[in-house]
Amino acid sequence: MATDEPPTKTPSTSLEKLTRRSFLSHMGAAGVATAVAPLAATAVIAQPTEPAEAAAPVIPGTTPITLKINGETHTLAIDPRATLLDTLRETLHLTGTKKGCDHGQCGACTVHLNGRRINSCLTFAVMHQQADITTIEGLGQPGNLHPMQAAFVEHDSYQCGYCTSGQIMSAVAMTKEPWGATDRDVQEAMSGNICRCGAYPNIVAAVQAVRRIA
Amino acid sequence: MELFELITPRTITDAIKAQSSSPTAQNGASVRFIAGGTNLIDYMKLNVERPSQLVDINTLPLTTIESTPEGGLKLGALTRNSDVANHPTVKAHYAVLSEAILAGASPQLRNMATTAGNLLQKTRCVYFRDTASPCNKREPGTGCSAIGGYNRMLAILGTSEHCIATNPSDQNVALAALEATIHIEGAKGTRAIPIADFYLIPGNTPQRETVLEPGDLITHITLPPALPAAKSIYLKLRDRASYEFALASAAIVLQLDAANRITHSRIALGGVGTKPWRSLEAERSLQGKPATPITFRAAAEAALHAAKPQSQNGFKIELAKRCLTHALTQASTLA
Repeated sequence: MATDEPPTKTPSTSLEKLTRRSFLSHMGAAGVATAVAPLAATAVIAQPTEPAEAAAPVIPGTTPITLKINGETHTLAIDPRATLLDTLRETLHLTGTKKGCDHGQCGACTVHLNGRRINSCLTFAVMHQQADITTIEGLGQPGNLHPMQAAFVEHDSYQCGYCTSGQIMSAVAMTKEPWGATDRDVQEAMSGNICRCGAYPNIVAAVQAVRRIA
Repeated sequence: MELFELITPRTITDAIKAQSSSPTAQNGASVRFIAGGTNLIDYMKLNVERPSQLVDINTLPLTTIESTPEGGLKLGALTRNSDVANHPTVKAHYAVLSEAILAGASPQLRNMATTAGNLLQKTRCVYFRDTASPCNKREPGTGCSAIGGYNRMLAILGTSEHCIATNPSDQNVALAALEATIHIEGAKGTRAIPIADFYLIPGNTPQRETVLEPGDLITHITLPPALPAAKSIYLKLRDRASYEFALASAAIVLQLDAANRITHSRIALGGVGTKPWRSLEAERSLQGKPATPITFRAAAEAALHAAKPQSQNGFKIELAKRCLTHALTQASTLA
């Protein structure tokens, strides 16, 4: 995934629209006193980075971070409580990654962290400034689909499609993990991804099709 | 979720110092180490955990799996569950650990969760997760909602009138059977604690789950050398085939002589205890006996002798006995 000059994107974030007044009122009066100090401290302990050349306006309640996603480096200002999932969706508008249960039980939020699949809902974005993050958008695009994406289309491996990006991210990762060859192995390997439409047989068929040609 | 300050210590010493300012290392801690985060962040979202500081230990040098001079194995605190389960030495000599880890959670969670984080995953029930319900573990003295409430999944061994929550880990059941040692660095230096002495039963203080004190950082665990020719196995019974907590599980290390007599056994049960449940009673019952169904059933009876059912989980007593009997049968017939 090495690129010569990874473009640096400026943040396009809903937090930019957040004024100090709206942030504080959102926090509620009781939260204000405790809110300021920890967040200020958070900014101090963030990974050492070069000072920004053109200092972006500081957004109250946020901490500056950089994330490397799909080969591109993004400079962001986020609430330090933001999960990787919420940061992808709400700040970077990479909405291919879905929020299902938000508690690590459904797998809809599956992304790759340094090539390994994880639940992006159960980790803070601020903790992954050194990682290579891949989302469904970085796997393939219309006209240039990843073989697993193409196999899901070929085998009709979805109905409503909400779990599909997580299923595909999980499936791509499992082809690099030490699993056996049977359908039963695929079922076990994919058990962290729930499909409430029940497209499981076709999901297994798609995964096995890709594994056979791999 | 409450606001928190994220601290990224450069050394183990800095990490210990940061956590030492918390009044406790148990439930209610104001400073928490964070590694994989899969348990902690879940509770932070629910406002069950409300730390004001998180100490991100992921960059500390605690990530290796290596042999010990004694011929055992050392697992760094930050080794990920999936890496331990798939490690060639673990698979070859500590199969029960590999099988137990792979029986727990999902592949995604196993890629995130760490050895030490799994050791410290909470003993819990649905009421612990629900801040609207009384819970002696979350808020000492408020009462136990599970006694007389929804308790089908909960413990039958090691309970008290204050708490009946189950320790949900699979990894830790295997580590109990393997007699792992937990190595801790703290404000007063280092110490090594056998896993049998690491977990506390709830008693009057269900908010305390382990012997950890403020500033204590688990650096690694060690496994003793694997017994030659011993068989080990993990059997987990649950409501669905995968990605579900145990109703009952058994971790077995079994060594037989040429006459098929049991010369050594280590037995631990999961899904039924308020901590990973080592059964010395079962081990004593097996010692020197022929590996037969009668011997195994007697061991199971001994293991569950003190079981105390709640309103919905009485079925677990017989289920756990059959689980242990079946696991012993399997272990004794492994080639």
